[in-house]
Amino acid sequence: MNTESRLEKVLAAGHFAVTAECGPPKGSDVSVLERKAAHLLGRVDAVNVTDNQTAIVRMSSIAACSILKGMGIEPVVQMVTRDRNRIALQSDLFGAYALGLRNVLCLTGDHHSFGNQKAAIGVFDLDSIQLVRTVRDMRDHGTIIDGEAIQGAPRMFIGAAENPFADPIAWRVTRLAKKVAAGADFIQTQCVFNINRFEEFMLQARNAGLTDKVSILAGVTPLKSAGMARYMATKVAGMDIPEELLKRIAGVPKEKQAEEGIKIAVETIQRVREISGVAGIHLMAIEWEEKVPEILEVAGLAQRPQV
Amino acid sequence: MIVAERKSIAEIRNLVDRYTSILVVGCDSCVAECAAGGHRETQLLAAALKLSFQKDRKSPVISEACLDRQCVDDFIEGIAHQVPEHEAILSLGCGAGVQALARVYTTTPIIPALDTLFIGETEMRGVWQENCLGCGQCKLGYFGAVCPVTRCSKKLMNGPCGGSKDGRCEVSPEIRCGWQMIIERLTALGELDRLAEYVPPVDWSRSHSGGPRRVVREDQKP
Repeated sequence: MNTESRLEKVLAAGHFAVTAECGPPKGSDVSVLERKAAHLLGRVDAVNVTDNQTAIVRMSSIAACSILKGMGIEPVVQMVTRDRNRIALQSDLFGAYALGLRNVLCLTGDHHSFGNQKAAIGVFDLDSIQLVRTVRDMRDHGTIIDGEAIQGAPRMFIGAAENPFADPIAWRVTRLAKKVAAGADFIQTQCVFNINRFEEFMLQARNAGLTDKVSILAGVTPLKSAGMARYMATKVAGMDIPEELLKRIAGVPKEKQAEEGIKIAVETIQRVREISGVAGIHLMAIEWEEKVPEILEVAGLAQRPQV
Repeated sequence: MIVAERKSIAEIRNLVDRYTSILVVGCDSCVAECAAGGHRETQLLAAALKLSFQKDRKSPVISEACLDRQCVDDFIEGIAHQVPEHEAILSLGCGAGVQALARVYTTTPIIPALDTLFIGETEMRGVWQENCLGCGQCKLGYFGAVCPVTRCSKKLMNGPCGGSKDGRCEVSPEIRCGWQMIIERLTALGELDRLAEYVPPVDWSRSHSGGPRRVVREDQKP
């Protein structure tokens, strides 16, 4: 065991892991965060807190993770390289660990042109793979970038994302391999809707020997409505929602669409569980955290292991 | 070359309205190639300004000149005789040209008529593409002569990101994915192995991050 992470223990013990996501509020209202997080308490193995996702200004991931930890939830700090240079990122890693946070997901982040501060400067001092390597070097060598020794190295369980649905398709597993080589312990994928393509990605990952080295958690997002599905398919970067799925959800009456979306999510969970090398799921119920218990119940994942 | 675009007449008017005599100075180098500040554009701007002032029943003196290069002293001196006759210079040079004029003509206000955009190439007539950020340590040799610092919207050294779709960038379908271009070109050249290794963080101290840069060459000094 490399770290004190609960998520690492769950995965190391061979359990099918369940992580969820919690988007922090656009402001300092802690009650919003607590309300959302209450739906996830005791239901999942860890909860990611997004870092200004889609470049919309929100409560900082580290602060929100610290609050979640106080509630008894195992948090995963998301860190994007879009907004902070290497000085700030490394400093925040020290701080996050000092606050008791043990998991970090290293991301580049959506481009700031998507967000509500379009005139901002995009930092991009590091990319996500360089951030993975930075966190790994802190933990395993006790050094920061350029090799200087530190007092009290953060020992983080290190995550990265991968999008099996982005182009160039032949390059995705190569990039996954680079993330693993840089030090990723676990991977949370982009939302899986195109299961055939995801299966192909997993086959390539297995053939490259990557599933032995890294725990891959398949991203799952329940669709709330046909409108949301269409929006995600056309407006959200890196999303691949097959036409048949869009038709399926649009084909049921409006008041039944949420139910259908949950059904699709449960089916997706059941199918990805069958794929060899999938170590768990990452359930991203966007502004719909209250549905997580129900989805896990129906999917047969309500019982979380004690570790 | 440096690529620029002319500011709106409204913004230029806002900047020059306080003067009664203006010398409009073009530059026949980069900004002529991108049809923003050469001979022709200097004439057009002077004419457009006169017309704009006329509508407001104003008639400042507006003269024209065009230098071969606004960023080199030897050429800048070419307008020395005209400068004292005007209250201000409206420059169609790039940002470097504007500042060079200001360094030489210390007592004359120099107003930019252009927005300087980027270092780029003329991809075809009427199309200019940014392709160099002047980072100070050219890495094109490793990336199949496609610059990840410039052509990737996130400056990724270990790309592409998850937003690359059909060869297009997540920022806009108008933007080609730089990483798709890198991979395609290295594949065609049989040099994809160049991307196998992890690329460490860039040393930005050689870029503008290290402060304004200056090259001094003793062997070139007079």
